[in-house]
Amino acid sequence: MSIKMTREELAASINYKFPKTNWMDTPVVFKKGTYNNAAVPDSITYVNQPNPRKWQPYEDDWKLPENWQTIILEGLRERLHKFRSLKLFMDICVRCGACADKCHFYLGSGDPKNMPVLRAELLRAVYRKDFTTAGKLMGKIAGARELTFDVLKEWFYYFYQCTQCRRCSVFCPYGIDTAEITFIARELMNLIGVNIDWVMTPVANSHRTGNHLGIQPHGFVDSIEFAVDDLEEITGIRVQAPINKKGAEVLFVTPSADYFGEPHYYTLLGYLALFHEVGLDYTWSTYASEGGNFGSFVSHELMKVLNAKIYAEAKRLKVKWIIGGECGHMWRVLHQYMDTLNGPADFLETPVSPITGTKFEHARSTKMIHITEFTADLIRHNKIKLDPSRNDHWHATFHDSCNPARAIGLFEEPRYILKHVLNKFTEMPDNTIREQTFCCGSGAGLGTEENFEMRMRGGFPRANAAKYVNEKYGVNVVACICAIDKATLVPLFNYWVPGLEVAGVHEFVGNALVMKGEKPRELDMRQQPLHGKEEESKNV
Amino acid sequence: MGLLFSIFTFIILLAIAFIGAYVEGLHYLFGIVLPYIAFAVFIIGIVVRIIKWAQSPVPFRITTTCGQQRSLDFIKQNKIDNPFTGLQTFIRMFFEIILFRSLFRNTKAGIKENKLTYGANKWLWLFSIVFHYSFLIIVLRHFRFFTEPVPSFVPFIQEIDGFFQIGLPIIYLTTIGITVGLLYLLARRIFDNQVRYISLASDYLPLFLILSIAITGILMRHFFKVDLTPVKQLTLSILSFQPILPADVNPIFYIHLFFVCTLLIYFPMSKLVHMPGIFLSPTRNLANNNRAKRHINPWNSDFKMHYHTYEEYEDEFREVMRDVGLPLEKEEKNVD
Amino acid sequence: MYDGWKIILGIIIFLVVFTIPLWLNIANKADTSIPELVLPTDYKECIAPRDYMRAYHMDILDEWRDKVVRQDIRMFKFKDQVVEMSLTKTCMKCHDSKQNFCDRCHNYFGVKPYCWDCHVAPEEVKKKFATREDLNRLNEDTENNNSVRR
Repeated sequence: MSIKMTREELAASINYKFPKTNWMDTPVVFKKGTYNNAAVPDSITYVNQPNPRKWQPYEDDWKLPENWQTIILEGLRERLHKFRSLKLFMDICVRCGACADKCHFYLGSGDPKNMPVLRAELLRAVYRKDFTTAGKLMGKIAGARELTFDVLKEWFYYFYQCTQCRRCSVFCPYGIDTAEITFIARELMNLIGVNIDWVMTPVANSHRTGNHLGIQPHGFVDSIEFAVDDLEEITGIRVQAPINKKGAEVLFVTPSADYFGEPHYYTLLGYLALFHEVGLDYTWSTYASEGGNFGSFVSHELMKVLNAKIYAEAKRLKVKWIIGGECGHMWRVLHQYMDTLNGPADFLETPVSPITGTKFEHARSTKMIHITEFTADLIRHNKIKLDPSRNDHWHATFHDSCNPARAIGLFEEPRYILKHVLNKFTEMPDNTIREQTFCCGSGAGLGTEENFEMRMRGGFPRANAAKYVNEKYGVNVVACICAIDKATLVPLFNYWVPGLEVAGVHEFVGNALVMKGEKPRELDMRQQPLHGKEEESKNV
Repeated sequence: MGLLFSIFTFIILLAIAFIGAYVEGLHYLFGIVLPYIAFAVFIIGIVVRIIKWAQSPVPFRITTTCGQQRSLDFIKQNKIDNPFTGLQTFIRMFFEIILFRSLFRNTKAGIKENKLTYGANKWLWLFSIVFHYSFLIIVLRHFRFFTEPVPSFVPFIQEIDGFFQIGLPIIYLTTIGITVGLLYLLARRIFDNQVRYISLASDYLPLFLILSIAITGILMRHFFKVDLTPVKQLTLSILSFQPILPADVNPIFYIHLFFVCTLLIYFPMSKLVHMPGIFLSPTRNLANNNRAKRHINPWNSDFKMHYHTYEEYEDEFREVMRDVGLPLEKEEKNVD
Repeated sequence: MYDGWKIILGIIIFLVVFTIPLWLNIANKADTSIPELVLPTDYKECIAPRDYMRAYHMDILDEWRDKVVRQDIRMFKFKDQVVEMSLTKTCMKCHDSKQNFCDRCHNYFGVKPYCWDCHVAPEEVKKKFATREDLNRLNEDTENNNSVRR
């Protein structure tokens, strides 16, 4: 963990005072621990993006192309023509301030430029300077400013300090969506090769190998087989996990972290157990072995090319429809972009659960459903036997992941499942869940070691709410349906709420699922004894 | 700085208004020419602005969902905050525009002993509603100066607005409403650190403009009473495109009219375009039925980058794939 | 333009809503003539100058009402005359027709003064007893009709 401040010191350092200088006159300081490393040239080259070179944000020379201003301004002009959202959001903000204290980065850092309104003003000011008469004539007093290198530095710092969680857009009276603005600002910076490694390297990996981690087909097979072995150890049942199987009914796509990360892996065991138990005819794919889409953190084009593999693989394998695993931004792309970018999926069929017969009409065009929709339907129809007491060592709460919450409205499906597989469940306070949920602070490609302090700050509101239920009700695990959550909430809680664990919803499903022919369960998906863990976590 | 600049601009406008009001030779310019220009700029400006927005497509359906989606039949959909159909979206927009529903969610965050707290914060919503509705009703009440005969809704509105019959002429509730609303909005821009820090000159100026319209209106009604006959003669003649400049119009009216004209001209080039803009907001005016109905992006084919195909993938990894027993597409061909 | 018909519909609604007065005036064939008041012929002077009366008559009536009803002060001095502070006995002695005087402007501006919540307008009393022909002679004989409900 690369942070020296204790949690008390960090919390005490947060204040919402404002600098004496106007925000336009307050230059950015690249403080260690609060920004991400620049992308390495190889990754940029691999996906044919502009200006691959070695550089770092704290350096004075970013080795930009000579006409970088022109490139960005032309890019902005093009995008104003392509996105009504951008044009509108540039014009209609009244700076009412309703969004100001809704951003987790502002709440955790107190940096005024993390107020969504000022984040957007960073772009808006440049827009005014070059695209509005008032801005051209009156400059600064009209809120306009020239695109200088210092402004670019602010762009880089603050647009890579937004996790595109869209909490602000819930409160905005005009629905202005900072995620959209961040999205386009990052796309503009990408035109001159200003981007971060934790986004571009996974993009390059995913392009080549099908997943962010760069796992090659044999590695993927190994991982799945390993999981099958582990699951056998726990349940006594050896499940089938078909890979690249043609003619299966369903293609299953999940974020790659599920088969490589912890605690994601326990969720993966849950999927394997569930699919076996209901006898689903499905297949994994090594080629489309990534549901997540880091392309969506840098440009629409990269989002499209990475996402294209899912439909392409579904077509090649001749499946009927697709299930997607637990992941946040993956589902933003699948729900709001995939069909438009890479559809129509006319070679697939409207998803119908072969077990319950339920036709998922709401997915009739995209032909892809969320795993929690699938499982909730199974539970509703009593198709699986559950023993929630096997999760009695857990007292859970549910962290709504930003994208499923504010881009789909997937609130009740996971809760419905949790309430059937768990006996102890307590919600966090109302202002911190559902559509008002707080981001983990590390989404949209910001989950790096070098950015650790800013992550702890950004995750502070989430940790704060979790700490509340942890202290008041003894909640010892935060359930979620997002791979980035699973990866980054763990260090977040280690820092702010030690002892609080993180788990995927289907980990609990795996624990509670009574499988036909299983051996008496003694271990949970984490291979920890089913009972007795309660004492440990209470002491923390 | 923004505040000072706004005050400075406002003082210049006020000076112009006084010159226009008290120099008789300018009355034709300020009483007839300017209103025509202002009205034309307002109408054409807004239409042009809307068309400019409309010239850009909505490539993706990026609804912000604030409630449960429609999915399984045993899970209750939140039809207003997460609309699935056109009608539900209409209702969402209706509440957004009529009741400022999103602003109603507003909370105030604070930090106390290293803990974040959130409290309901409805003041901004309340005063915004009071201001906007007062403004609307005042405009509707002004129809008594715009039309002859006076439409029947005007006395009706006047009766409700003047329900308490305080003073003579009756002090309307909306008179108080618009003043209090504007003063609140101005006060928070000046005294709330957070809002002051984000405010630009263009945030203060509309408040000053509307406030001066309201104040001159109040002066004319309650303090320096104005003979309205020539005023209505002027407005009616303008609105029927047969402009007459009556001789005895009170100068205060010219000041009032000048600020109205300034507001109309300023409207289409300022943040005030949030009025038409909200109707076009893509996070609010689209149904969240993305997976049921394909959204078309008209420039989707502009994406030139080619995705990495399975064939390219297999070509690179064929050896290792064969080793772990994965089925291959090209295996047979190689054998042949 | 994208979403053409929706945008055009929106623009049409905007145009119609913001230009309604124009259409209403065309439909009503509104002319720009100001209301004509029937002024008394026998009397030359009001209690205040004409311009002042036009703008401030309601203030005077309001003041009179308060003085008479609340303070029992009934007489008003102007120049060398003393008159009773009474809408019907003094004002309407000269301006003897509500219809042809008060209402002309009040209707023109959509103003509904609450004088007539308590006072009965002279004409209305007359209507109860008179025929249509009598009404036509209204301007000629108002002096006998000062029956006031107090």
